[in-house]
Amino acid sequence: MDQNNYKMKVSELVEKLGLKVHSGESNLDKEVWGGYVSDLLSDVMGNAGEGMVWITLQTHKNIMAIASLKELAAVILVRDLLPDDDTAASSEAEGIPVLGTSLRTFDIAGKLYEILKNNNLPQGS
Amino acid sequence: MKFEYDIEGGNFSRAGFASSEVKKKLRQLNVDIQIVRRIVVALYEAEVNVVAHAWYGKMTVDIDEEKILLILDDEGPGIEDIDLAMKEGFSTASPEVREMGFGAGMGLPNIKKNVDTLKITSEPGKGTRVEMITYMKGGKNEKS
Repeated sequence: MDQNNYKMKVSELVEKLGLKVHSGESNLDKEVWGGYVSDLLSDVMGNAGEGMVWITLQTHKNIMAIASLKELAAVILVRDLLPDDDTAASSEAEGIPVLGTSLRTFDIAGKLYEILKNNNLPQGS
Repeated sequence: MKFEYDIEGGNFSRAGFASSEVKKKLRQLNVDIQIVRRIVVALYEAEVNVVAHAWYGKMTVDIDEEKILLILDDEGPGIEDIDLAMKEGFSTASPEVREMGFGAGMGLPNIKKNVDTLKITSEPGKGTRVEMITYMKGGKNEKS
């Protein structure tokens, strides 16, 4: 994925991937150009980039500190996991949505990759 | 210009707060966004190290036209073997901390990658001091 590619709004991802919006509903207009998948916080800190969606199974408040410091567009929690209460509160305060899916990490990552990739194909192909 | 922030050992719900305040300050001061993004990675890791391992710490940020000096001073168990601590994958974090996704042994390597100079001094049983410098011009930021 290339940062210069067309960017998709978080709200479009929610719609196309059938995601739940756990928190940060008023901030779905952020733009996404790629994603990062990891449950190790330092890995995300060191390797994710601004404007990415982060797919994880971590639900505690520290994920929002990372999402905010890294200027991520949104966090997707897998396997119907729910954000902790203070995570949801922090998501609202930071303006970064926490989304959810019933899918497992591999499957949601594949779907996310596919729609971002297809989004970047030339028109008519 | 100098700023100071307290860090509470063991309080994970506040981990990242000081780093976030520094980020806001640096943005207000119009520091280059790429420099800010790199510093934030190093600062957060250093802050989390204090939260995860020490009892109390202080973050000091000293900015002039040439460079940004970041110092984290803590009162805590200290580091017995700094070379070993620097090794990617080495960690002394507790199982609880690891379960949260911390303690992967990536923190200090992350710091090293994102600042121009890193100096760690420690006295076991007393505490640790982490000093980092990022240059406004000519540092790693311009080479990457």
